[in-house]
Amino acid sequence: MAYDKIPKTAYNGRIKEIRLGKGDTAVTVGGETCYPFYLFEGKMPNLPRIAMEVWDTSPEDWPEAALEPFQGVTGDPVAWARKCVTDFGAEMICLQLVSTDPNGLDRGADEAAAVVKNVAEVITVPLIVWGTANHDKDTRVLRKVAEVNEGRNLILGPVEEGDYKKIGAAAIGYQHTVIASTPIDINLAKQLNILLGNLGVRDELLIIDPTVSSIGYGIEYCYSVMERIRTAALTQQDKKLQYPLICNVAKEVWKTKEAKLPADGALTLGDTRKRGILLEAMSAMVLLLGGGDVLIMRHPEAIRLVQEIITELAAPKNN
Amino acid sequence: MPLTGIEIFKLLPKTNCGRCGEPTCLAFAMKLAAAKAELAACPDISDEVRAKLEEAAAPPIRLVTIGAGNRALKIGGETVMFRHEKRFENPPGFALLIRDSMDESEISARLERFNQLEYKRVELTLRPELMAVKDESGDRARFEATVSKVKENTDASIILMSPSPDILAAGLKVCAERKPLLYAATRDNLEPVASLARQNSCPVVAKASTLDELARLTAQLTDSGVNDIVLDSGARSLRQALEDQILIRSTALSKRFRPLGFPTIVFPGEMTDDPMKEAVIASIFVAKYSGIIVLSDFQGESLFPLLVERMNIYTDPQRPLAITEGIYPVGNPDENSPVLITTNFSLTYFIVSAEIETSKVPSHLLVKDTQGLSVLTAWAGGRFVADTIAPFVKKCGISEMVKHHKLIIPGYTAIESGSLEEELPGWQILVGPKEGAHIPAYLKTWQP
Repeated sequence: MAYDKIPKTAYNGRIKEIRLGKGDTAVTVGGETCYPFYLFEGKMPNLPRIAMEVWDTSPEDWPEAALEPFQGVTGDPVAWARKCVTDFGAEMICLQLVSTDPNGLDRGADEAAAVVKNVAEVITVPLIVWGTANHDKDTRVLRKVAEVNEGRNLILGPVEEGDYKKIGAAAIGYQHTVIASTPIDINLAKQLNILLGNLGVRDELLIIDPTVSSIGYGIEYCYSVMERIRTAALTQQDKKLQYPLICNVAKEVWKTKEAKLPADGALTLGDTRKRGILLEAMSAMVLLLGGGDVLIMRHPEAIRLVQEIITELAAPKNN
Repeated sequence: MPLTGIEIFKLLPKTNCGRCGEPTCLAFAMKLAAAKAELAACPDISDEVRAKLEEAAAPPIRLVTIGAGNRALKIGGETVMFRHEKRFENPPGFALLIRDSMDESEISARLERFNQLEYKRVELTLRPELMAVKDESGDRARFEATVSKVKENTDASIILMSPSPDILAAGLKVCAERKPLLYAATRDNLEPVASLARQNSCPVVAKASTLDELARLTAQLTDSGVNDIVLDSGARSLRQALEDQILIRSTALSKRFRPLGFPTIVFPGEMTDDPMKEAVIASIFVAKYSGIIVLSDFQGESLFPLLVERMNIYTDPQRPLAITEGIYPVGNPDENSPVLITTNFSLTYFIVSAEIETSKVPSHLLVKDTQGLSVLTAWAGGRFVADTIAPFVKKCGISEMVKHHKLIIPGYTAIESGSLEEELPGWQILVGPKEGAHIPAYLKTWQP
């Protein structure tokens, strides 16, 4: 029987294109007219991008495998960011403001904003700045960050329902992109996008954080919520979900027991370093298939694997 | 498309003979439509009608069994493109490849890996299911000996791989009762391979180089009486392979195109030489529709994440994974260690126990059966409130295990602390953090 019944998804929407960062090294994401890598049905004019993670303080609980590539720079966010760009070719940096956590070091807004500025000044690639998801603290810190870095088009988040007004207003006032963050729920995601739109955040300055986790820790929930967001955006003309998706995945992977467990020669556990890298790369892969446009990743080897695979998934067909 | 009860009724003999166990043909038709009766129960049905009803009742993607007995692997039977539409039904099997040209020690190492790599998670055992034995020597005896080694040393379901029907037959000779999957029937060897499949009631892979050729091939196979088919579209570039997986599934589901209504097999090891990359490519095919994933090799570090990913993706979105109610020690807790309580939603348990581990404060974690609901949902639904928590704490035996009687409850259930102290005389209720991430900081201040 001849195969002549090729089905085609009925798309009627398109993901908005947004431009992250400024100048020559700005990065455009979004613009898809089909499900992730369904290139026989539509286009992905901008392939997914990876931002390398930098912490604003020396990480205490990273396993050896994750620390090793950054030896000597983990206490200095500026040197760390520079190393990511020069040694590992990072296309974007995500500065995690871990030290501002009120349950941890509780560093103040001024100090955090100064660190962001110092990092922003030594790199030309887009800079994502990620707070601690504590509404009061993020409001203080991210507003200050926005102000001190006026006009740089930072990508600021997480902006949540509990703090969107003040952080959103600062992002509008000082020209930054907003990461609209909701807890693994398509309806909440849509609602926050509407609220941010009403506040005055322009469409091209918004990216969705659906909240992600790693393999073994509920990645299936994130995967399905992302798939539902993409389905609504591409086939149900849901304009308020037609934004690119950002996935802050590395910190979720590397904090798990499975990424840290020493093998002690046990066949079942295999090589600890490779296990961590594969957990990160595979988690990233699942999120890419769900619709991720920007992935925040950690290990250079995991990043290399994922980048190569993105390239192959989009390679011209001539074989 | 499935037929309605009335449509089925029209095809039945309408004798109301009652020999099927139902009083009337109409009642029988209704049960058939609801899949609560078997067509075979009707003694008077004509072959023509039987064929028609079976065709209508057949699932859009055939359920194919590889292997026999307890370890038999069922693949196919899928009904949706996205897991949120319903669920994915049958997880793909992972196969470890053995080439008959490998030396003894390599073969033994692989057999050992296959047998040892097994993991427990949420009370499930995760392990690979298949070994693929590939003829590279072109030597019948050597192939046969390798297959027999696999059969004797493992309980794996087996895939026999050779372009030559003679060599496949040699392999079959030693493992026919395991119902191995024959790889592969192609345009060039269709009849002899189909005949092996028929004689031994084995499933067979149809391999082509385009979907069109593949559809013609499976039509020929089914015409010749072979119905248990697995599809290899032949694509070995990642982009084409993914496209084929998607198109095969969507054509079978949305167009009810029978010739592609079968599970698939993929070979990530033929798409890259890098073992790490191979594993990540395999992770794509776990999510995107493969029935069998053959790995050129695996180690603990690559198999474990794949097995967990598979479990995650194939979890029924409507039925959260739950763990057994009880007391779970984290670290090596003693009589002075803190006691925390949470719900039995597996994800809640994983997160809470991981955070306790991070704190390095050994603890007793009480897990209350809330039918797999998370803390807030269970609390809102009355399954994680003082009235249900107190009886559990009393009967679980924790009182005898600790000297202090302090119970740490999740921050989101702070409102229950008063009633809990009333219902648990002698216990002091402490309100822990709302978020798992804050457990380590909280536990560091623990005083018995």
